[in-house]
Amino acid sequence: MTKCWRKPLDTAVTEAPRGKIHIIKERCKGCSFCVEFCPKKVLELSSHYNAKGYNLPEVKNPEACIACDLCTIICPDFAIYCEVEKKKPTTGKKLKQTKKNVRS
Amino acid sequence: MTEEQIALNHPMDAYLREDRIPHIWCSGCGLGTCLNTFLHALVKSKIDMKKTSIVSGIGCTGRVAGYVKLDSFHTTHGRPIPFATGLKLANPKLKVIVFSGDGDLISIGGNHFIHAARRNVDLTVICVNNFTYGMTGGQGGPTTPITARSATTPFGNFEFPFNLAYLAAGSGAVYVARWTMLDVRRLENSILHALNKKGFTFVEIISPCPTLYGRMNKLGNGLKMIKDYQKNTIINHKVDLKDAALGMDGKIVVGNFVDIQRPTFTEVLYDHIAKPQPNKKEDIPKEERKKIEHHA
Repeated sequence: MTKCWRKPLDTAVTEAPRGKIHIIKERCKGCSFCVEFCPKKVLELSSHYNAKGYNLPEVKNPEACIACDLCTIICPDFAIYCEVEKKKPTTGKKLKQTKKNVRS
Repeated sequence: MTEEQIALNHPMDAYLREDRIPHIWCSGCGLGTCLNTFLHALVKSKIDMKKTSIVSGIGCTGRVAGYVKLDSFHTTHGRPIPFATGLKLANPKLKVIVFSGDGDLISIGGNHFIHAARRNVDLTVICVNNFTYGMTGGQGGPTTPITARSATTPFGNFEFPFNLAYLAAGSGAVYVARWTMLDVRRLENSILHALNKKGFTFVEIISPCPTLYGRMNKLGNGLKMIKDYQKNTIINHKVDLKDAALGMDGKIVVGNFVDIQRPTFTEVLYDHIAKPQPNKKEDIPKEERKKIEHHA
């Protein structure tokens, strides 16, 4: 984990985007690059196999995904991709909180 | 395959010949990532895909031309650069990209490579360096590090290898970068810059070959080789390229090394054609012209 000097002022307002991961099972060759280099450790190598006998990755904790798209770009077999889920609009209450944070 | 499976569509599927996927590259090989990163950069660059052409030679990396849904050439061994030069000269509006391996571009096509860099032909050359000839069975090539074992050097390599970035910069390339295939974002930016730059731009990608080079040198599987890259990579954009050679100690200096401006081959060629030629009728003095016409 990277160390932050201070808490960013807009943490109350900005929400990290959420992503949904899709795995195309028939293309996977089980190299486990996605599992190893996911910055949020969303994926895990499962005990399932595909038709060719390769170990497949599995989504372990889907809530942690921030749609960084690293798995999409690092996959050598075009077998995994991430879809950004639509965000809910931020509420006015949270905006007020940030303004307070900025002043203090 | 379930119905859900069929509905899945990878965002890069639009730029791939889907009937050829899954590709032939081994599990743990870095070539797929190189292609994936390249496609991401190509989409980001917003270049007109109908005016883009990709040329590959022979070898594992040479398969790229067959997998990409663009106008592509899969040429003879070592000759992607002559083909690309011809394409560029015949139709200067085309964006021509050469995507090939080290065995193809540097050993068999080494002469073409240095001369295209010297002339500054407007090409983007992406060279995937895996230190060996992959498709033919792991023979030693011009990039195999000293003391490395290969199919043709079972007791260790004793020939000094090329330093590709230094070679390209010395030959006159206007943009030279080197990244490992793990630095996907930096590599994407580098390729994007190379695509948008005029002249001979060169990007070297260090990629693992776990099946042959990794096995013969006991470097472990693809994942372990990449983790070693992560540990041993040093980013230094201003390094003296003499010191950026790749050896068996594993230290890999990466960065965007060279970024200069130079008139391209096409520009120089068309300028030269536009210049008045001394042999034309109008350039010969009047008296002499009369003499010539009289004799004729």
